[in-house]
Amino acid sequence: MTRFLARRLAFAAFLVFAVSSASLVLARLAEGDYVSGTLGVEARRETTEQLRARYGLDKPIAAQYADWLRRAVRFDFGSSLLYDRPVRELVPERAANTAILALAALALATLIGVPLGIVAGSRNGLLSASIRSTSIVFLSLPPLLTSLLLVFMAARTGWFPIAGIRSAAVPPGGKAIDLLHHLVVPACALALPLAAVFERLQAQAMGEVIAEPFITAALARGVGWRRIVWRDGLKPALRPVAAIYGLAIGTLLSGSFAVEVITSWPGLGNLMLQALRARDVYLVAGCAGAGALFLAVGTLVSDVALAVVDPRARE
Amino acid sequence: MKLVGLLAIAMAVTGAFAAPIAVPHAPDQRFAGLLNAPPTRPHIIDDAGGWHAPFIYRWRLANRLEQRYEEDRSVRIPLVWWTNGAFVQSSDETSAPFLLFGADSFGRDVFSRLLVGARTSLALASIAALGAMLVGGAIGGLAGYSGGSVDDALMRATDFVMVLPATYVALALRSVLPLVLSPAKVFMLLASIFALVGAPFIARGVRAIVRSERRSEYASAAQALGASDARLLLRHLLPATRGFVAVQMTMLVPAFIVAEATLSYVGLGFPDPVASWGTMLHDAANVSVFADFPWLLSPAVAMFLVVLGVNLLLQGRTAGPTGSGRHVRWPM
Repeated sequence: MTRFLARRLAFAAFLVFAVSSASLVLARLAEGDYVSGTLGVEARRETTEQLRARYGLDKPIAAQYADWLRRAVRFDFGSSLLYDRPVRELVPERAANTAILALAALALATLIGVPLGIVAGSRNGLLSASIRSTSIVFLSLPPLLTSLLLVFMAARTGWFPIAGIRSAAVPPGGKAIDLLHHLVVPACALALPLAAVFERLQAQAMGEVIAEPFITAALARGVGWRRIVWRDGLKPALRPVAAIYGLAIGTLLSGSFAVEVITSWPGLGNLMLQALRARDVYLVAGCAGAGALFLAVGTLVSDVALAVVDPRARE
Repeated sequence: MKLVGLLAIAMAVTGAFAAPIAVPHAPDQRFAGLLNAPPTRPHIIDDAGGWHAPFIYRWRLANRLEQRYEEDRSVRIPLVWWTNGAFVQSSDETSAPFLLFGADSFGRDVFSRLLVGARTSLALASIAALGAMLVGGAIGGLAGYSGGSVDDALMRATDFVMVLPATYVALALRSVLPLVLSPAKVFMLLASIFALVGAPFIARGVRAIVRSERRSEYASAAQALGASDARLLLRHLLPATRGFVAVQMTMLVPAFIVAEATLSYVGLGFPDPVASWGTMLHDAANVSVFADFPWLLSPAVAMFLVVLGVNLLLQGRTAGPTGSGRHVRWPM
């Protein structure tokens, strides 16, 4: 188990390092830089050169990368050129917003998808068929489309705020309620497609478990069907869904990009987009590193959880 | 159910192929007096209850600020068929064009743009899927056939790419190049990025199949007859992966359509006058716009139908050795 953990941790560290380095180099390779983007081509030569020197953009890529790396090991990731704030302050702030969104969506998807999957997988009939067809519809709606649809509905009905993370004035009920209220549209947009994936997977797993001899044996002993499904069958049937939690983290991160842009959620996706467009190299590297960290932690947690449940997964 | 799925896909493909004759207007033709005009409804009964050949009413601007329009019911404008190389048009194109799905904020015909955009989006997605097949097939075939350290290295690399969130990879790679590029360049660029991101999904399965088929009797027989490595791989082993590759590509195409839409939505896809489903959504991007003019979301509906079609088509099929689902994965 220790070796398994060590290998996983090494991979996680490598992932964060490789992704942030690659994105820094990529952003630097990009045509045009932050200075030419903000000052324009008509600016005085001395001014642009001065600014480039201040930001470290005048050095060759290798030298700049080495500088950045040297400071990064001391947890100084440079300053965002766009916001004129240290990346170390700015990125965690936005990453927390993305984490709130992703975790809310994951919880919502699990709460909707898994029980419906158990119901759909353990019986035949109208209910199961309608759950199944609803799932197929939501499987066909990527987060880009669900968020457009939900924003459209929210704008028409006026029930939920359609953009941002908090109201200008703190409403009655306090900040937490306000945040939850703003979270409804983006979290649902992100959760619904994932809930459909969970439902299909869970229904399939449940169907397979029910066909096992031990279920027939339990039935023969006179155990009630409901008890069999929700107690005996549930545990082995949960494994497939648990196994894709790690993958789901990547899907959530990717999906949250579209959702964040459409609902103006101030998360990593929006920040990354701004940084890329402004050629804000240090911010790009910071955002990419934070995203990779999410991914690494997510896969690590799900791998460890799976290894605890299923010893075969440790190899 | 499969039939319904097939029908939805056929509709999109027919629309794309028929676009040159089916569209009433050029995708960049602007009707200055009809910004955000709602869809024109074809009628066959007039207010007096008389029956006519299909006709439309002219839109009259009721409120310029809110861009609200009313039907001018005093004049019937008959629809004409097969004129000016278009399937159907109104007989008075300049003042009362036939806008089946309304007009966008530039006064362009949404229906025409939808069909022309289908060509862009579907072509991009299909070519990218083809590229993913070539790259993925090559990597998977090589890894599965040679085994050992080559296999290890290639599979590590594909695992790594698969772990990364595809949207961000595409975003980062896209933004390396200048923001403003010619449409043809954007097409090539997006196709190669998508092919690269999609290839690992194909490579993994191809590798597994090639590995197991390599040990089969027909492979040993071919080898005993003196077939070279290349011949064995290309003629005997890779054809065995065909079913798997076909299913994977069917799943990649809609994923790529959505990926294009995502990139274009945020302004990193095709430049403005080009019609694609993504650029159309980009034009509708503002909530205050599409909440009042819902017909601007028709590319979203088109995308949903294509994905739904593929999902219905794939019901009951397994995705092959890598398992994990019989549906389009998000994103990619």
